[in-house]
Amino acid sequence: MNMENEQVKNPNLRAHHDYRRKKSAKEMQVQVVTFALMIFLTIVAFIAVGIGDFSVKFIIPFILLLAVIQVGFQLYYFMHASQKGHELPMFFMYSAVIIAFVTVLAFVTIIWW
Amino acid sequence: MNAEERYTPLNWPDHPETQTLEGKNKFLGFWLFLAGETVLFASLFATYLALKDSVPDSSHPLAKDLFNLPLVFAMTMILLTSSITSVYAIYHMRNYHFKKMQAWFVITVLLGAGFLALEIYEFTHYVHEYHFTFGSSAFSSAYYTLVGTHGAHVTFGLCWIIALLVRNAKRGLNLYNAPKYYVASLYWHFIDVVWVFIFTVVYLIGKVG
Repeated sequence: MNMENEQVKNPNLRAHHDYRRKKSAKEMQVQVVTFALMIFLTIVAFIAVGIGDFSVKFIIPFILLLAVIQVGFQLYYFMHASQKGHELPMFFMYSAVIIAFVTVLAFVTIIWW
Repeated sequence: MNAEERYTPLNWPDHPETQTLEGKNKFLGFWLFLAGETVLFASLFATYLALKDSVPDSSHPLAKDLFNLPLVFAMTMILLTSSITSVYAIYHMRNYHFKKMQAWFVITVLLGAGFLALEIYEFTHYVHEYHFTFGSSAFSSAYYTLVGTHGAHVTFGLCWIIALLVRNAKRGLNLYNAPKYYVASLYWHFIDVVWVFIFTVVYLIGKVG
């Protein structure tokens, strides 16, 4: 792009730049809120185990659920998977999650040692 | 398009990491790699769960005797914080703030190193206080393989980010190195994803039985 062209396009570039700055500042606020929620979920999980009053049948599914929610935040916000262009990456990841789930299920149910 | 062309904050693209063909390929290929890593860790988690508390006799410690929740909580907080600091780094990358991006990655590296130090302390503590070594039981082997593989990923991630910071220190930001930084931050987040399952499945569930 030569200098002349850049001069002509500058007003547009400036407007787009300002718009983009605002947009990414907004996104960053969402990221910070996500981070606060993740810290909160972690503290809840540790306190729930630390108290030690809950039955094992309740606490294991409960903290696993907290972990899954937290990993969802990590993937969709921190790793930007909620932004467009992530269809194929998410196809890879969900395929992996299915294999991971079946592997773990097999090892905890039909293993004999 | 010349990937090493100089940019200004005005003409820097919205998504610098996927502007070039190489960037697009890195982005897609790296997610495929992360899917493979997910399966790798799933097999280690499955092995750990199958062998948890499998010890030859009662003189060996079990999960609930071994783990120290305050230490694990501190490690979790450090690693979680290092995740948001790398989000800040990518935020500044998209705004074409090279120095701020480098600074946030340096903070990420420091936090990662803090996590690693605590993990090394934890392992040596188990070896010295409980004689819980890699070869002492099926449980210990499965535990060290799972948590140690994660620790190895942290170590590799630290070396990777440090290499990027040093290599590009005088070069500034361009479309050639933006995908490299982006992909390294994805790796760092993935390390945190694995840790979320480790602290839940290994440590917290280990404590409740």
